[in-house]
Amino acid sequence: MATTPRKAKRLAAAPRTPEVIIPKPTPKRFYGEGIPGVDEEKLRGKLIVVEGADGSGRSTQIAQLVQWLEGSGHATVQVGLKRSSLVSEELEKAQQGNILSRTTLSLFYATDFADQVENIMLPALKAGFMVLADRYIYTLMARDIVRGMDETWLKNLYGIALVPDAVFYLNISPEQLVQRNFAKNKALDYWESGMDLGLSRDMFDSFLKYQALMALQFKRLQSVYGFEMVDADRSTEDVNADLRRKIESVLAGR
Amino acid sequence: MKTFAELGFPGRLIAVEGLDGSGKSTQIYLLKRWLELRGLKVFFSEWNSSELVKSATSKGKKMTLLTPTTFSLIHATDFADRYERQLVPLLRAGYLVLCDRYIFTAFARDVVRTCPPEWVRGLYSFAALPDMTFFFRADLEVSLNRILDGRPELKYFEAGMDMGFSTDPYESFRIFQGRMLEQYLAMSREFSFNVINANETVETQQAILRKLVADRIDLPNYDFKKA
Repeated sequence: MATTPRKAKRLAAAPRTPEVIIPKPTPKRFYGEGIPGVDEEKLRGKLIVVEGADGSGRSTQIAQLVQWLEGSGHATVQVGLKRSSLVSEELEKAQQGNILSRTTLSLFYATDFADQVENIMLPALKAGFMVLADRYIYTLMARDIVRGMDETWLKNLYGIALVPDAVFYLNISPEQLVQRNFAKNKALDYWESGMDLGLSRDMFDSFLKYQALMALQFKRLQSVYGFEMVDADRSTEDVNADLRRKIESVLAGR
Repeated sequence: MKTFAELGFPGRLIAVEGLDGSGKSTQIYLLKRWLELRGLKVFFSEWNSSELVKSATSKGKKMTLLTPTTFSLIHATDFADRYERQLVPLLRAGYLVLCDRYIFTAFARDVVRTCPPEWVRGLYSFAALPDMTFFFRADLEVSLNRILDGRPELKYFEAGMDMGFSTDPYESFRIFQGRMLEQYLAMSREFSFNVINANETVETQQAILRKLVADRIDLPNYDFKKA
């Protein structure tokens, strides 16, 4: 029987043995004060964060990880920025109109994040799910730091965030990033180009400058929060294989 | 934390704080009338949210989606909007800004709603302190009765129903307000509140208010003609 490429991919995603590995629970904690009334001991699931610029391949990687995890018998749930039922609509409108000042926008994003922490992440972790986060507080912090917000203030604000079990930063060269952005959207995004900062009136120029500033902040945050840097200039498959290997050791409690 | 004067702003911010029903809104209104009639640059600021923030807040309240953390954050968002778009520009322009409620409302309310005090204080650390804060201290029963007599229908969050103090909204409201009062009193010295006895007559309170303001703020500086 001939194996179609699609089928081959499916087979690769399926585990070799029918055995389902039971993840080893590891202690959870919050970065700061945390959320009132939460018992960290009861959070049995794993929190896996994928960070990286727009066009670094985050959503593709996460989609493949979900396939693989579910194929291996793990329940998954996904979170991301601007996805809360509480404020996502308003946040979208605020961005389009560009009418909120920086502290306001920053707190609005934090509200969106907190809503997902309480209504999606914590219940899922309690139930033993694998929570995959498409970006996390690091993106929010880096964006705000680039805009001149106080880092101590941000750290206190995001003291409500759980320390993830793993954070992967998809690192990609600026040249690749531009190419992938054009391939994806046909145009550069206003916010991803940092146009609100007035770095340059030329959007292409601003995009490069802004992404360089963001990369710099991520590098700094990496030394504080210890992300795993993943070379994302490689093929999707190579990157995913790398991620799976690392997640396997997370599941084993290492 | 520093006051607007200490930060070199030409304007001055006067805040009133107190429980619902303590009469603070009446007092700040009368203070505003006095300053206005003297021909001073004065602006009265209420907690008027922008449409966007209002939409999210009312959705959250209607659907009781809010937890102590998101309740606190959405109000901080609201405050930041008011602070950055309205208060700071006015104070830069040299206005006397009168605020009906300021960050202390959030400090008291969010802590009663179980948020960690240091976290809440940190959230609002971008805001400067008022140049003067008046705290209207009334007997708990007096303020409770003023609210409960006039407006029998209590809103869910207003009564603190999500906190599980009591299943009876009136009882819940009483407990909630009682704890708010404790928090206000505990902050009184730290933030140099000017405590006004809200059991006195309207006129007595207003006379004290006007005297304190005239003593502490060089009012002729805020004359329109001078600007």
